[in-house]
Amino acid sequence: MKQIPASLLTLTAGILVTVISFWVGQNHGLMPEQASEQAALVDGLFNVMMMIATALFLVVEGAIVYFLVKYRRRAGDDTDGIPVDGNLPLEAFWTAIPSILVIGLGIYSVQIFQEMGGFDPSSHSMISHSHVSAVVAQAPATEAPMAGDMVPLLPAPDAAKPAFTPKYGFGANPDDPNGQADVVVNVTGMQYAWIFNYPDSGITTGELHVPVNQDVQVNLVAQDVIHSFWVPQFRLKQDALPGQQTGLRFKASKIGTYPIVCAELCGSYHGGMRSQVIVHSPEEYETWLTENQVAQQQTPNAVVAVNPANLTDTEFLTPYAKELDVKADALSHLHTKHTMMPAMVAD
Amino acid sequence: MQGSTLNSPEIAVEATLSPAMITHDAHPDLRVWGLLTFLVSESLMFGGFFAAYLLIRGAAAAWPPEGTEVELLLPSINTVILVSSSFVIHLGDVAIKKNDVAGMRKWYGITALMGAIFLLGQVYEYMNLGYGLSTNVFANCFYLMTGFHGLHVFIGLLLILGVLWRSRRPGHYSDHKHTGIEMAEIYWHFVDIIWIVLFALVYILTLF
Amino acid sequence: MTQAQIPLETTSTIHVEHLPAHAPWKWYDYFTFNVDHKVIGIQYLVTSFIFYLIGGLMAVAMRTELATPNPDFIDPSLYNAFLTNHGTIMIFLWIVPAAIGGFGNYLIPLMIGARDMAFPKLNAIAFWLNPPAGALLLGSFFFGGAQSGWTSYPPLSEITANTAQSMWILAIIFVGSSSILGALNFIVTILLMRVPSLKWDQMPLFCWAILATSALALLSTPVLAAGLVLLLFDINFGTSFYKPDEGGNVIIYQHLFWFYSHPAVYLMILPVFGVMSEIIPVHARKPIFGYKAIAFSSLAICLVGLFVWVHHMFTSGTPPWMRLFFTISTLIVAVPTGVKIFSWVATLWGGKIRFTSAMLFAVGLLSMFVLGGLSGVTLGAVPFDVHVHDSYYIVAHFHYVLFGGSVFGIYAAIYHWFPKMTGRMMNETWGKVHFVMTFIGTNLTFLPMHTLGIQGMPRRVAMYDPQFTAINQLCTFGAFFLAASVIPFMINVIWSWSHGEKASDNPWNALTLEWTTASPPIVENWEVLPVVTHGPYAYGGNYVPETTDVTADVKG
Ligand code: HEA
Ligand code: HEA
Ligand code: CUA
Ligand SMILES: [Cu+2]
Repeated sequence: MKQIPASLLTLTAGILVTVISFWVGQNHGLMPEQASEQAALVDGLFNVMMMIATALFLVVEGAIVYFLVKYRRRAGDDTDGIPVDGNLPLEAFWTAIPSILVIGLGIYSVQIFQEMGGFDPSSHSMISHSHVSAVVAQAPATEAPMAGDMVPLLPAPDAAKPAFTPKYGFGANPDDPNGQADVVVNVTGMQYAWIFNYPDSGITTGELHVPVNQDVQVNLVAQDVIHSFWVPQFRLKQDALPGQQTGLRFKASKIGTYPIVCAELCGSYHGGMRSQVIVHSPEEYETWLTENQVAQQQTPNAVVAVNPANLTDTEFLTPYAKELDVKADALSHLHTKHTMMPAMVAD
Repeated sequence: MQGSTLNSPEIAVEATLSPAMITHDAHPDLRVWGLLTFLVSESLMFGGFFAAYLLIRGAAAAWPPEGTEVELLLPSINTVILVSSSFVIHLGDVAIKKNDVAGMRKWYGITALMGAIFLLGQVYEYMNLGYGLSTNVFANCFYLMTGFHGLHVFIGLLLILGVLWRSRRPGHYSDHKHTGIEMAEIYWHFVDIIWIVLFALVYILTLF
Repeated sequence: MTQAQIPLETTSTIHVEHLPAHAPWKWYDYFTFNVDHKVIGIQYLVTSFIFYLIGGLMAVAMRTELATPNPDFIDPSLYNAFLTNHGTIMIFLWIVPAAIGGFGNYLIPLMIGARDMAFPKLNAIAFWLNPPAGALLLGSFFFGGAQSGWTSYPPLSEITANTAQSMWILAIIFVGSSSILGALNFIVTILLMRVPSLKWDQMPLFCWAILATSALALLSTPVLAAGLVLLLFDINFGTSFYKPDEGGNVIIYQHLFWFYSHPAVYLMILPVFGVMSEIIPVHARKPIFGYKAIAFSSLAICLVGLFVWVHHMFTSGTPPWMRLFFTISTLIVAVPTGVKIFSWVATLWGGKIRFTSAMLFAVGLLSMFVLGGLSGVTLGAVPFDVHVHDSYYIVAHFHYVLFGGSVFGIYAAIYHWFPKMTGRMMNETWGKVHFVMTFIGTNLTFLPMHTLGIQGMPRRVAMYDPQFTAINQLCTFGAFFLAASVIPFMINVIWSWSHGEKASDNPWNALTLEWTTASPPIVENWEVLPVVTHGPYAYGGNYVPETTDVTADVKG
């Protein structure tokens, strides 16, 4: 050790840290499956942050451990250490480097944010689809039963109202030539279920079905308390708020079934408020659409959510806790068994 | 070596004997500073209410909604009373600095009276508005903010009455010993400033 | 280069006022409305530690529930009540009162050469607001317990367990008032009661930290109070500030809440940063590296910390410009924090490091906080936060900074100042056992949570997907281990307090003023106020003043 000059050691350490950080940044394997275009963007950012963090972590922890060993007090040594109490260039250096790093990260975040469509959450303009509203039962707000003693409901959906324009969330990527979404789904969160309504076809379900590689716009609203719509595989999350319109835009990139998680504490069974998104191939999606459209026309009112206020805890838990996500058949099973409540879906 | 110059006895003596250190059992009397710091904090509490009010207002279609309009004449008179009371109380402060306890008592008495009139006016206003706290979100804000402010006026009034009560004893206050008087005055000014903002927000702004 | 000593000069000749000696406090004085800052400090520390145990037991219950995916150990509503009160107690009745109330009160007057705080009675009132707050929280369990998280977002908080929720609000208003009164006391004390010979740049860094903390508390707490008053009115008096169907708005609460609660996280870490700046130089026998940089970075964190609150609301009703503005401001906080971290690491360089228990916890903090801070920076970037918000990644982040940061710092401070407070040394061997167990336990419990969150496990759930079982069980095991680590500590404290080896006035050979008085300090702190002749961290040869020979172990 004695012969190797310090600069060489530093250089080796620097190279080592760089190599390890690059490797960790690419191979941490922490993220779940990527199933949307947005996921790739987020993961790119995360990998870079992971790389920077690994480098900083190694340097700082390395220095701590090295100093602890090197400058430990030896037995019998009762003297003080070296009386150094500052070094301006060094301090300027370690103020400047993090500043540059965070500014870089900030700019990169803005870039990703823009590509995800964060700048214009209300960019989707929908073609009129008022013909469908007939399918969705219209219920005056006051009739809906509620958990708890307060009834903070949305005004009854009004077919004449202009299309739902989310004020918050993610919209179209500005580089996207047509800001139009291919599929629009109105999503209502309620204790403890998600209701999906397809305004263009009048379908109302307890699961989200979307075609792969198409722009999907979900418009979110909450009926009682705040919920949060999260698809980990899409890396997207947006709160559904009572009284305010939010939304998400995404393009699913991989056929499959992914969980929809409620991420905002919304009551005792918040953990059971699960659903799933099923990403179909275009053909499958068409089939699903037609099948369900037919089914819905026959029983326009049956497509509803059960209000948990009408259930006991055990009844409520049966489908949620035991199976841990709302299976479609579990939902329909509930529908036939319990009091119905017309879905309150803003159109 | 850092700080060694301060070893010189002159400086130390000077500092040890500063007037603030002698009073109050060698614990300096810093109550005025404490009050000022506290008022910074208090104003942020009102700031929180004001911010909430403005945000709610920003989202409302009509402000105030029909049926919950505010009265203007009485509150304006009330405002004039409260604002002028700030000048009156200052005269009291000037008087005590001239060691004029009777003068101070006079001005503080008048201030207390004006404060009481303000409070009574507010009660009268509440009783004649025709709507209550829970009528709508404007009424919520109106009663909560003016009520909260009214509570502060009431506390200020108590402080002033406390000063008056203590000043009965001759020699309790003098030109160089009147922290209590000063604190009551500062508090009263604070209550006054908050009212001006509140008046602008709740009354004036609703005109537009 | 011998060890630095405290060169103290007796100045009795020039001090006119000699206070009549006061008999030392008896044990029962600690249970009364006592106005001595040292008594109040200890009252804070002991009470908050009791609440730490209570909050910790709730955590253990929660972790037991989470050992399996199904909600089978406790009822989900009780789980929510536990998690709400765990968070609330840990923050408002453990870290804040221990770090600010406890060490702040005990040390600030001693460090600046004052006989007490500026407003001793107010100080006692501030303390005595805490026990009723705790009683309200615990009592709320008779009414089901508040269940809407420590954030208590409406509308949920307005429709669940109304009585318990109202009690929760009152409890927070109590501790909030306590914190405002404490803050104004600290500000006035530090600004106006320093012993005249103490210059600004000789003030220990802990004082700077408490000054910054107090400014933050003073400015942000009242805003929370405003938000909670509105919530209380909504629940109990029929108003509708946060009821969307009646013209209210749920987002306003979130702004008012986080305007306080983000600064609150700095309330919990800044005093601990101050503690770090005291402990590291003493046990590394080195001057602190970059005194001015550390002092200014406290103020910078305080200032920037007031403008980052929306990073908790990135997925809420937050317009794009806010999301980006607060991304940038959040990332900027990393810079002053980094300055501190680097300065401490540099303080280790060239030292003669003694691995006392206090020092072990301090370097433990240093290494753990870096990880928690770095995960915080990733959260600051809005595109990534959108993915992990309200997931276990957040739980991991804040336990790293809160447990690995604040709690480690409080432990370090207890080991460091225990001799001063009680006049007895703590047992070092048990201290080391405590450290090793805590260090392992913390990482075992909270490191795996990062993965859980990224993979898709939301927080605040009593039931989860079976795919997460294995990692959750690891966390649960870690939590049990962590709970066990508290036991050697408690035994150590209780045993040392009564039977520990007697401590000298300055067992660590430290240079700040609190070590110039007796252990434990007399009532009124010094018979004769000390005169400051050197900086607080003047360790090392060059700094030993020529007057070393007049050094007298001046006792109070
Ligand atoms: C002691 C408490 C504490 C501290 C100190 C911090 C510190 C930080 N926190 Fe944390 N935070 C919490 C407690 C704390 N936090 C809590 C309790 C929550 C959850 C609340 C709830 O929802 O219940 C939370 C949540 C939280 C969120 C919201 C997440 C969400 O809900 O979606 C965010 C987002 O930005 C965040 C960011 C940060 C940042 C950037 C810091 C920074 O201050 C960290 C700075 C430190 C470093 C960066 C490390 C050292 C620096 C260097 C080595 C220099 C070089 C570094 C770089 C160049 C990057 N925190
Ligand atoms: C400083 C703050 C602090 C501290 C120290 C801790 C400590 C711990 N926390 Fe806490 N935690 C929070 C602050 C803190 N937490 C906050 C703010 C939240 C968010 C709440 C919310 O979402 O609203 C949270 C949430 C939270 C969750 C998430 C719950 C959820 O989202 O569903 C979990 C889950 O594992 C957890 C676990 C733990 C554990 C295992 C410890 C351990 O460190 C505890 C160790 C155990 C002990 C210290 C007890 C020891 C006692 C004994 C052994 C018994 C002896 C007793 C007697 C003799 C009487 N915490
Ligand atoms: Cu809905 Cu949680
Ligand atoms: Cu924050």
